[in-house]
Amino acid sequence: MPLFKLGSLHVPHKKNTASMAAVRMSPPESVLIPVTQHIGAPAAITVKPGDEVYVGTLIATASGFVSAPIHSSVSGKVKKIEDFLTPQGKTVPAVLIESDGNMTPDPTLRAPKIESADDLINAVRESGLVGLGGAGFPTAVKLEAQKKGNIDRIILNGAECEPYITADTRTMLDDAELVREGVELLLRFLKVDEVIIGIEANKAECIERMSELFASNPSVRVERLPSAYPQGAEKMLVYNTTGRVIPEGKLPADVGCIVMNVTSVAFLAKYARTGIPLVEKCVTVDGSAVKSPANVIAPVGASIESVIAFTGGYAEPAAKILYGGPMMGVAVYSSDYPIMKNTNAIVAMGEREAKIKPTIPCIHCGRCVAICPMGLNPTAYAKAMNVDDHTDRAERLTAAKINLCIECGSCSYVCPSGRPLVETNRLAKTELREYMANQKKGDK
Amino acid sequence: MMNKLTVSSSPHFRSPRTTRGIMLDVLIALLPALIAGSVIFGLRALLVAAVCVGSALLAEFLFNLICKKPNTLGDLTAAVTGLILALNIQVNVPLWQCAVGSVFAVIVVKCLFGGVGSNFANPAVTARIFMLLCFTGTVGAAAAPIISPVGEKVLIGTSATGATVDVVTGATPLELLKWDGALPSLSDMLLGIYGGAIGETCTVAILIGFIYLVARRVIHFETPLIFVGTVFVLALITEGSATLALYQILSGGLMFGAVFMATDYVTTPITRTGKMIFALGAGVITFLIRYFGAYPEGVSYAILLMNILSPYIEKWTAPRALGGAK
Repeated sequence: MPLFKLGSLHVPHKKNTASMAAVRMSPPESVLIPVTQHIGAPAAITVKPGDEVYVGTLIATASGFVSAPIHSSVSGKVKKIEDFLTPQGKTVPAVLIESDGNMTPDPTLRAPKIESADDLINAVRESGLVGLGGAGFPTAVKLEAQKKGNIDRIILNGAECEPYITADTRTMLDDAELVREGVELLLRFLKVDEVIIGIEANKAECIERMSELFASNPSVRVERLPSAYPQGAEKMLVYNTTGRVIPEGKLPADVGCIVMNVTSVAFLAKYARTGIPLVEKCVTVDGSAVKSPANVIAPVGASIESVIAFTGGYAEPAAKILYGGPMMGVAVYSSDYPIMKNTNAIVAMGEREAKIKPTIPCIHCGRCVAICPMGLNPTAYAKAMNVDDHTDRAERLTAAKINLCIECGSCSYVCPSGRPLVETNRLAKTELREYMANQKKGDK
Repeated sequence: MMNKLTVSSSPHFRSPRTTRGIMLDVLIALLPALIAGSVIFGLRALLVAAVCVGSALLAEFLFNLICKKPNTLGDLTAAVTGLILALNIQVNVPLWQCAVGSVFAVIVVKCLFGGVGSNFANPAVTARIFMLLCFTGTVGAAAAPIISPVGEKVLIGTSATGATVDVVTGATPLELLKWDGALPSLSDMLLGIYGGAIGETCTVAILIGFIYLVARRVIHFETPLIFVGTVFVLALITEGSATLALYQILSGGLMFGAVFMATDYVTTPITRTGKMIFALGAGVITFLIRYFGAYPEGVSYAILLMNILSPYIEKWTAPRALGGAK
């Protein structure tokens, strides 16, 4: 069990949609499906304009070990392949599919036969499943770690510590049966000692439902976690449920853990039943600019605009729209952006909510140091970035363990001077990476 | 919907707490001491405060104007510096000297080092020391209260001839403690009815400010507690008398300094452990100066010396990263 308490903070919960069961959206006219919806290599497109596709038809295959295939989320015709600017600023191809409105499933889809760990991992790979908590790491790659033989814990992430988002909450309540089936699949084939379901205390109903569901299963433990941000961050979750510390540069697998989102596990069970790949996603639609917040099951590739329109449109003009929650979500350039596999929320903020306090000098108050869940000193990075000499800068950043920063946003959140600490950390990490790469080149 | 969207780095929520709000809390916490000071020493205390705050604001405004820097009065740090300085000097200091002290605090100690957040020394503390050196006759003297004491005087120690004497008329209790004399009663010490600086004497008012700051989570309770506690314990060991140790912590600038100056963010270590070490060090130095130094009072010097050590304390108490290899 954890030895000491990690830094954390209280952010507004704003779980307005916690009691709203997810509603399936009507088929959109078209979907735009980019080939990068996961961490790793972009998928390679296998269709061309004019091709007929169905719900679940493969349109791009995994290209490389860390990658995931992508499937059509509607039935209809491929209209064109176009360039897509990701919110991270990269340009990748995307498939634009015109829907015929029928949502006909691909007739070739079959429920997979799962009789061994390899079968399970293969099924997960073919399903296109990526971490649905938001990071989008290909799940099959995670499960591969089981082959190393040291994995004894699977931790299901039901913390959902971001403000607004209730997609996982709804999974645990509406699809509890699927979660149970998914957990049983994992227990049967991955041979772990224990499955731990970590849920924040503010979701009492979920804790109750899950405890009920697994009451008769001694291998499953439901862990009630304090509602303290960032409880759902992988390193925090592993530490708070098992007491294990993931060393710098290592993965949960290195300490015998696999961390999966509860929704990912529910999807796994559904895929095992039906063979329909990951083509739709439950997203929480909320924020001050949204008229009626809701949980919507939307096809991957449906535009944010169409999803918000489905919920009833805007209460006020949106000033900022996010993929994900306000703490770690990514701001998009336009509401034409599509729902991705790992999108768990769309937050549309009105002008007032989107306003951020002005930046003034650091007053050295230490709030960021006190709450950093990783035990870092965020002010050290800003100081290091002020150093002109690149070698000196790189040394300072390394000494201050910049690469341990999980970019949870806590430091920027608490800063009374409104300093962009996380932004600085991202910049610093990129700089350090480039510096190291240049050093390596120089050595050769 | 074609309106333009803001694209910025996460997080997209920020806590409602601002630097201005924190400084406003400090100003509010200083009010009881200011009110007590103007009751005990007369309404001139308000004039001193107005001159100190006003000249601090004006100095910062003009400095920024001349240096073509953005106006920073809104962060209220200059106002806090001015008020703390005012409460740190006695009521009869000529107003021009107050203004000189304030300008020194803001321009020399703060702005020349890069403005808010960049100064290494506490502006009010340094300015007080500066004033004490420049205007020893006025700043060094103790103003007598205008209201009468509520308790009997307490006689301590004996002079060489064996007779108990009040060595210096209008002397501060610290001077009396150092050179023996008739001390105000403990109730007068708590209420602040004895000679001293405007905001320093009334312990009750300072404690109200302390509770407010802790309740508003502006400061951690440990810093003042450790600072004052260290002096108390060391005095207790030396004197062997709890009463005299109590006099030590109730007199001079200790309470005020511990609550309002040793808790300054900019000039103390950033880590909580570091802040505790800072307080401990300041307590020890205060004790050493009071007992072994030439001066009866050492709080300002103790804080200033610890300000200088702060970066090192910060280095020693750097937080341990989760999973970070050494």
